[in-house]
Amino acid sequence: MKISYYPGCTLKTKAKELDVTARLCAKALGVEMEEIENWQCCGAVYPMGTDEIATKLSAVRALDHAKHNGGKLLTLCSACHNVIKRTNEDMKTNDDIRLRANNYLKLDEPYGGETEVLHYLEMLKNVVGFDTIKKAVVNPVNRKIGAYYGCLLLRPSGVMAFDNPENPTIIEDFIRAIGGTPVVYPFRNECCGAYVSFKNGELPKQKSRKVLTSAKEKGAEEVITACPLCLYNLQVNGEGILPVRYFTELLAEALGVKE
Amino acid sequence: MTKEERIENLNRLSGTDVRKCMKCGKCSGRCPAFEDMDIKPHQFVSMLTKGKIDELLESKAIWNCLSCMACVERCPRGVAPAAVVEAVRDTVVRMQGKNGIKAEEIPPIIDEYIPQQLLVSAYRKYNK
Ligand code: SF4
Ligand code: SF4
Ligand code: SF4
Ligand code: SF4
Repeated sequence: MKISYYPGCTLKTKAKELDVTARLCAKALGVEMEEIENWQCCGAVYPMGTDEIATKLSAVRALDHAKHNGGKLLTLCSACHNVIKRTNEDMKTNDDIRLRANNYLKLDEPYGGETEVLHYLEMLKNVVGFDTIKKAVVNPVNRKIGAYYGCLLLRPSGVMAFDNPENPTIIEDFIRAIGGTPVVYPFRNECCGAYVSFKNGELPKQKSRKVLTSAKEKGAEEVITACPLCLYNLQVNGEGILPVRYFTELLAEALGVKE
Repeated sequence: MTKEERIENLNRLSGTDVRKCMKCGKCSGRCPAFEDMDIKPHQFVSMLTKGKIDELLESKAIWNCLSCMACVERCPRGVAPAAVVEAVRDTVVRMQGKNGIKAEEIPPIIDEYIPQQLLVSAYRKYNK
């Protein structure tokens, strides 16, 4: 099965291993990720201001491309997923934004939120199935692993509809499927400190340490994430309290796939 | 622009109805940046309701909000404090000379691991 894929700029640069391992694993599981043509950076943060239109256009372009190429758009970076899914919701439900974005884009047919935005984890769960993954595992990742959700996958839950925002389970189910033991800890859905390091470097330091200390206290040996900024904040500010990796790196390990 | 028009603009930009707030404080209780905010999330909502926008535009909290949406998630009245904070920040950075970061401040603090995502996010949030 083929699915249109939006990689985003960070997965082409500092987070290459997230992109590469995800593609290899998808292939091993029978899914071909087809990178959409001429995608542009989504902007990394969803613009909340009601008059923001130009900042949403790259997401709309990607969504419209996917609409004509299978109807689904696969995302992997948590930030891209958040921006694209929330923008899609605007295009579906906000007449003013839809009208103004379409006026800019002059597409052959106006875009109205028709594409289904799917995060890679949702693809694993709902398209491939965790049972299928379990059967495909050759090297069970037999470790205690803490899932770090952060914010972007979960909130705002009314739009993201990813999982229960206070007590999510999808990454824990993923960890079980690859043979690991999930460690549930209180700070797994608390923000790592996001983008504020340029204004207030202390804040991400404190937040990241809290997340990792919380995971360690509950017995985690490592933490996994889907977000390059989470990984950076936790690694750089967390000062090695625990190793942090992309969830797809562990999937590749479990499936025994290498480049 | 009259003060009423400026208040109306902020309300419109935020897209949230601050009058629905019942002052329970749950948003501030859940805010991970609470200690770093001179004006707390629930105060952004109540001060906009009261029209105290000059104080809001002077706030330092706009640089510390993480847009994590925890406050929005917790609000029992469907208010979005994060959207009020963003509306205030947008209003500030759209003014001449009020950008939150300057390009020349970036190179000294950059390290070899910084993901593009961080640079793009910070620029989108703090500059216009
Ligand atoms: S969110 Fe990040 S990775 Fe995704 S496109 Fe935008 S900046 Fe790039
Ligand atoms: S935890 Fe941090 S980087 Fe991750 S989603 Fe929240 S803000 Fe983003
Ligand atoms: S979005 Fe901002 S104000 Fe709301 S909880 Fe997060 S940091 Fe606090
Ligand atoms: S949680 Fe909602 S109702 Fe309660 S103080 Fe905050 S904005 Fe007001």
